[in-house]
Amino acid sequence: MLALFHVLLFFMIVGSIVAIEIKNMLSAVIAVGAVGFGVSLLFLFLGAPDIAITQVIVEVLSLIILIRTTTFADNRAIEAKIDNFATVTGLIFIGFLIMAALWAFQDITPFGEPIMRVSRRYLANTAAETGAVNAVAGVILDYRAYDTLGEAMVLFTSILGAFVILRRQGKKKERNETEEFGIMQ
Amino acid sequence: MDFEKQISDESLGMTVVVKTISRMAMSFILLFGFYIVLYGHLTPGGGFAGGVILAIAYVLLMLAFSKDVALAKLSNFWASMWDNLGALSFIVIGFVGLSGGYFFYNFVSHGTPGKLLSAGIIPLCNISIAVKVGAALYAIFIGLSIYGRLVTEEEK
Repeated sequence: MLALFHVLLFFMIVGSIVAIEIKNMLSAVIAVGAVGFGVSLLFLFLGAPDIAITQVIVEVLSLIILIRTTTFADNRAIEAKIDNFATVTGLIFIGFLIMAALWAFQDITPFGEPIMRVSRRYLANTAAETGAVNAVAGVILDYRAYDTLGEAMVLFTSILGAFVILRRQGKKKERNETEEFGIMQ
Repeated sequence: MDFEKQISDESLGMTVVVKTISRMAMSFILLFGFYIVLYGHLTPGGGFAGGVILAIAYVLLMLAFSKDVALAKLSNFWASMWDNLGALSFIVIGFVGLSGGYFFYNFVSHGTPGKLLSAGIIPLCNISIAVKVGAALYAIFIGLSIYGRLVTEEEK
């Protein structure tokens, strides 16, 4: 099982690098989608089907939106000269990051074996206290419903912001009937 | 235009193959979405995932049958209205819980764990989140398709 995890993780790293480096926009979007499906497979094998379902569905929707936007967009890649200073600084900082990560990750439990301190209590008591068999639903909508409210408000605000940016213009002084609601036919 | 005429209009949307397949698939996608939402407290899934599936069914309608058909089914006004109603009902459920002691108190009877009608407010919250998320994602998709840039006088 652990070998499968490593294969999936390696596949996701390769997919991310392909998504950054490839010249064609559509291929980059497909690579991003492949990485997303790798994440959802990983969640499924780690025993988190709730997250896996959400991940795979959101991946499908975002892939549709991204493909729809990139097919009409300018697909030419931007050719830029390699900046030596930026490359060297970037490599130095990546080195620092890897060293700090290796130092910090010594305390983390092995991959796929979480620390079950609070979760043990939730798993034992969720069905009795909330009546939900699915412990995840019991946690996110009963014990921690306030956090879920915050998440819902984040989505609500982001949609509101996207609408403000997407609609044609602010309220105009003179507008005829076709400009109502900012719909362009 | 008449809705039936709009669906069978060949100049709108994709080819007849895509239209036939998506007409068959859409009911199953909607059914799966409702199942994920309503059984969120029993099986994996829940309001967010189910809401996105419901939104995907409408996105499929829009991609296969053109945006006019999708907008005739659920207009941008009603999409944002459902979005607001879902968010509002979620907050209202939380505030009604104040009567039992604290915000988001599980004030409905818990019932027998494992039954469809159990877990108190959790199915209600799932439904309101599903309405909120589904309508919001559909709204953002139609927002991307129908809102365009205003062509100024100089550009003409």
